[in-house]
Amino acid sequence: MAGMERQQDYVLRTVEERGVRLIRLWFTDVLGQLKSVAISPAELENAFEEGMHFDGSAIDGFSRVQESDVLARPEANTFELLPWGRGEDVSARMFCDILNHDGSPFEGDPRQVLKRNLDRAHDRGFSFMVAPEMEFFYFAGGDPKQPLVPLDTGSYFDLTTADVASNLRKRTLQVLEAMGIPVEYSFHEDAPSQHEIDLRYTDALSMADNVMTFRLVVREIAAEHGAYATFMPKPLGGVQGSGMHTHVSLFEGDTNAFHAPDDEYGMSKVGRGFIAGVLRHAPELTAITNQLVNSYKRLIAGYEAPTFVTWARNNRSALVRIPVTKAGKQSSTRIEYRSPDPACNPYLAYSVILAAGLRGIEEGYELPPEASANVFEMTPEERAAEGITSLPQSLSEALDVMESSELVAEALGEHIFEWFLRNKRAEWFDYKSQVTQFELDRYLPNI
Amino acid sequence: MEPLLLYPDPPPPELAQALDLGGYPWKAVAGESDIERLEPEDGWAGAVICADSNPEGAFAVCRAVRKRDIPLEPLLMLVSGAQLGDLELRDDLFDDFCLSPFHPRELEARLKHLFWRTGTGTRPELIEYGDLILNLETYQAAVGGTPLDLTYMEYELLKFLASHPGKVFTRETLLSRVWGYEYYGGARTVDVHVRRLRAKLGEEHANLIQTVRSVGYRFGQSRWGL
Repeated sequence: MAGMERQQDYVLRTVEERGVRLIRLWFTDVLGQLKSVAISPAELENAFEEGMHFDGSAIDGFSRVQESDVLARPEANTFELLPWGRGEDVSARMFCDILNHDGSPFEGDPRQVLKRNLDRAHDRGFSFMVAPEMEFFYFAGGDPKQPLVPLDTGSYFDLTTADVASNLRKRTLQVLEAMGIPVEYSFHEDAPSQHEIDLRYTDALSMADNVMTFRLVVREIAAEHGAYATFMPKPLGGVQGSGMHTHVSLFEGDTNAFHAPDDEYGMSKVGRGFIAGVLRHAPELTAITNQLVNSYKRLIAGYEAPTFVTWARNNRSALVRIPVTKAGKQSSTRIEYRSPDPACNPYLAYSVILAAGLRGIEEGYELPPEASANVFEMTPEERAAEGITSLPQSLSEALDVMESSELVAEALGEHIFEWFLRNKRAEWFDYKSQVTQFELDRYLPNI
Repeated sequence: MEPLLLYPDPPPPELAQALDLGGYPWKAVAGESDIERLEPEDGWAGAVICADSNPEGAFAVCRAVRKRDIPLEPLLMLVSGAQLGDLELRDDLFDDFCLSPFHPRELEARLKHLFWRTGTGTRPELIEYGDLILNLETYQAAVGGTPLDLTYMEYELLKFLASHPGKVFTRETLLSRVWGYEYYGGARTVDVHVRRLRAKLGEEHANLIQTVRSVGYRFGQSRWGL
């Protein structure tokens, strides 16, 4: 393809002109960890043509019995100079697709799982747009094994100019913008030393790449300042955890397919179907959007995190929210899916959210009634009467629901589906075999 | 490059379009008094004078720019067939001429040749607009001498826009001309890339790419000076 050659030519010339010493080939494992293979400019042309061989057996979700060699082929249109370590050591990155030796997509590559799901949406004329709200904590010192010391004691929207944390966030924003990741808002969150950076919407594939870059940038900049950043969903008990509220919409060409001016919620049939699909399948998706044991310590009542499968316009404990769109801003009609946390694998999370939404559209699911504000105050019987279900309460429960989901299996593909379940069951077993301080405090003296 | 001087104001639309497509920035003058008032900081790059609607005015502008201490060149006249006689004894007022109605390719070829001969203005592998320079051979872009770190698509979008200053493009046009293939983002991709380009151009130069409400985007000034 001529376009591809031009893109590769662009990368080769830029590497030469800008004196790039090292090109980092990035890809993501099934658990959402960023992996990197560094190559020299001399190897670049070959990497474009044939891909770089590497042994995948050490990478989570990549191992297979028969063969472990896979190819990483960089995607030229993701080429970006890295804005840190300039001067002597100019480096750049590209995201890669992982291929089998015969050139077919490798089933364990989350990026291609998302591509496959986006292709499916594209066949129906839809582009899937995503904008996440990234929450995270800064802690002082470089060692996560030490007791947690928040960098500041500010709270929601506090303007704590003197804080290291504010400088950190400012510098982070500069680097993100320089890397082509535009930021919509950034502010201090509720909890001490908790911050939120909202990314401006883009197509889901670019956004998943952006989230991977974002997590690295936030950590790198924190480390530069002698602190560390964490995307752990609930690092501190008693205060809010970190979520990754995800705003999504479908576009048909230039038109927002969710928008309907005359609807009471401003939602089209497509939009309603999408919400209904996401709601009906939400419990099945939860192991993917909330993949840690710790994720479920965030999903509890009282901290603005969703626990029930509901939707609403202005209730921030609902699982799906329809944000109010400003007059004349029809393109911003969207829904906010509030359960995901920033420790998830964005490629897989966007894949399953999209698959659930599309299922709702295709099958014409009915949108259930809007939740009243007091879901938390209702008795379990009242909730049952209104058909309100719960999100899974633990990783174990989430895995059980996921295992029976034909939708998630299809969206992820058998390889990742099975590997993920096996890996996460092991994580749950490790957790269960721990005796915690909570149990000692509570039971030891009295029983 | 600096803008070309164009007469009259507004210039014939087909002339403006040909220049935009050829990547020549321009500014139109209504008469002699505009020449100095509208002159860019680094001087006019050249002039294209269209004589067919108002020959007197056209020759007056020619005289004014050629009687300067440093005569403005290159200067291309556009004349109708009936006006060919008017060119007699006025050889000092122009460097070349082209019959109007003109063929856009001929106009472009003549301008290219004129700029080559006078050694000013465009080098074919460079696109210049104010502080912005794009080198088409090395794929590098710089603003105010500082290199821009662009992705391939950001570079291609900027190149396309900067090659057609003043022209308004819809999102669909940009998508088909710049991307040219199916892309996950659809037409909204254009907005996303424009936002990223503006951020990389920096605050001072972000307004090089203007949003034209409910239409699309335009690079640099409006063709009609709006």
